[in-house]
Amino acid sequence: MSTRRLWRAAGIVALLVAAGAWPAVAQLPTYNVGRLPTAEEVKAWDLTIPPDGQGLPPGSGTAALGKAIFEERCAACHGEKGEDPKYSRLVGGQGTLATAQPIRTIGSFWQYATTLWSYIRRAQPFDEPGFLTPDQVYAVTAYLLHLNGIIGEQDVMDAQTLPLVKMPNRDGFMPDPRPDVGPASPQPKR
Amino acid sequence: MSDAASNPESSGQARSRRRFLQGGAALGAALVAGAGRPLVGQAQPAPDDPSKVLGGPLRPYGERSRFEQSVRELPADRLTDERGGSFTPLDETLGIITPSALHYVVHRGGLPDIDPRKHRLLIHGLVDRPVVLTVDEIKRLPSMSRILFLECQGNSMTEWGAPRGKTVQQTHGVTSCSEWTGVPLSLLLREAGVQQGATWILAEGADATGNERSIPMAKAMADVLVAYGQNGEAIRPENGYPLRLIVPGWTGNINVKWLRRIKVVDQPYLTRMDGVGQPTLMPDGKARQLQFVLEAKSVITSPSGGHRLSGPGLYEIRGLAWSGRGLVRRVEVSTDDGKTWRDARLQEPVLPLAHTRFRLDWRWDGREAVLQSRCTDETGYVQPTLGALVKVRGLNSIFFNNAIQSWKVAADGSVHNVHA
Repeated sequence: MSTRRLWRAAGIVALLVAAGAWPAVAQLPTYNVGRLPTAEEVKAWDLTIPPDGQGLPPGSGTAALGKAIFEERCAACHGEKGEDPKYSRLVGGQGTLATAQPIRTIGSFWQYATTLWSYIRRAQPFDEPGFLTPDQVYAVTAYLLHLNGIIGEQDVMDAQTLPLVKMPNRDGFMPDPRPDVGPASPQPKR
Repeated sequence: MSDAASNPESSGQARSRRRFLQGGAALGAALVAGAGRPLVGQAQPAPDDPSKVLGGPLRPYGERSRFEQSVRELPADRLTDERGGSFTPLDETLGIITPSALHYVVHRGGLPDIDPRKHRLLIHGLVDRPVVLTVDEIKRLPSMSRILFLECQGNSMTEWGAPRGKTVQQTHGVTSCSEWTGVPLSLLLREAGVQQGATWILAEGADATGNERSIPMAKAMADVLVAYGQNGEAIRPENGYPLRLIVPGWTGNINVKWLRRIKVVDQPYLTRMDGVGQPTLMPDGKARQLQFVLEAKSVITSPSGGHRLSGPGLYEIRGLAWSGRGLVRRVEVSTDDGKTWRDARLQEPVLPLAHTRFRLDWRWDGREAVLQSRCTDETGYVQPTLGALVKVRGLNSIFFNNAIQSWKVAADGSVHNVHA
């Protein structure tokens, strides 16, 4: 290859790198593919919150503030007080889980308040997922916890307080004991 | 073999329409049009002798015959068109591969419209080299193909308390089997460099509900695929185009569709699906959580609910068996309400974690009969009766109903869903 051609090839590579079409440094070196994500990319998608609250963003809200948001954006499907079972009943049902008609709601069944925050942030409202700001999500979460009698109307929910909320059914879960039925099954461990 | 056995009559709109079509295409077309279903045959009947007429033009992408009408069934009581499931017509599929267009579907935030040139997979969290991959980059990596079943853990959920589904499509139609092609997730994770203390991954889809599931690292490194192929072509949109996770033998919902993110983490994130959507309630009010494996299950697909036997004679009993723990070793069939059992023939090759087709010849004497199948997998686990399941789990657990299914053949040849 002539010197001139080499320079031309190097120029093309430089242009591709600048355009982002050629990974400057591949992240997966064996196969020379992939690029480093930007901080903004990770932040935009990394919204799922585990029970310890890791990753909860700044912001806060109370049930008093959440009431108006809920009534405007959520009540059409879930009822004014979250009592409508048509899509998902959100309120009530405590004490029903061991009966013939168990009612699974945030108050009766959900284990962690972080799960509620994370799901609302990512997937609600149904027709406009991800629409609510972190402040609004804290407020709606607080309102739903308050409707279920778990926190007070003026209790502030934020990155510090939300993971500390003790849900009524916190201790209502167990690991998978299967196989639990059948002649060849070992006895359940628990 | 009688015609009825190879093409059993059955209830349901598709089947009754097909009978009309077989009787006369023009009449059938009119009736189909009236019912608001895809137009079939139009007003043009097929020629009496196709060898005497020049055929149609070449087509770049094939379609099934206009006389074939099998469809997925959408629940009549669905609240919206975006949230819910559609059921595979198991009694009309053949062999072990489900046609992609008939593969069952469950999702909760509508069908996303994804441009594969814009789609990205982000792998981050406890890794040395966080990475963004394009679909083309993933396709460039070493690949593999496996034939694997999927099953929604809600399959047969209507059947706990009473025999509610009329057909096998309704009772068992949220399982399907495809050849999936993709990249082993273990390869991607090794390349990214999993750090000490990483015990779980969180997988997330790009749909409106952001389906998110936690998966133990041991499974992620064992046999999970990041798939882009289904039955020889790109995954269908309903099944996760352009990328989905395939988690062999584990509950359908964890096979995250429209996969866009894998975060390597140190704990189960207990997302809505992990934490409260999928747990099963036991009689004492406690719920089992983070249950993954689909236990061994089988069902007779023909004859099955809604079919009608044309009269006494020899029939081939056909069905499907599968186990999330590996190979199906044995399928037994009873035609006398569980009093006696005979071994069915298994169609080779029998593949682990795939649908297994079984068959057994049966001479119907014209009297009432109850047909059942019972499978055993390579771990020795035997498919239980409904009674045995209910005795342990009660009636509120909703999911993981892998009970023996019973079909009652009445003296008139009609076949019905019953609890034996």
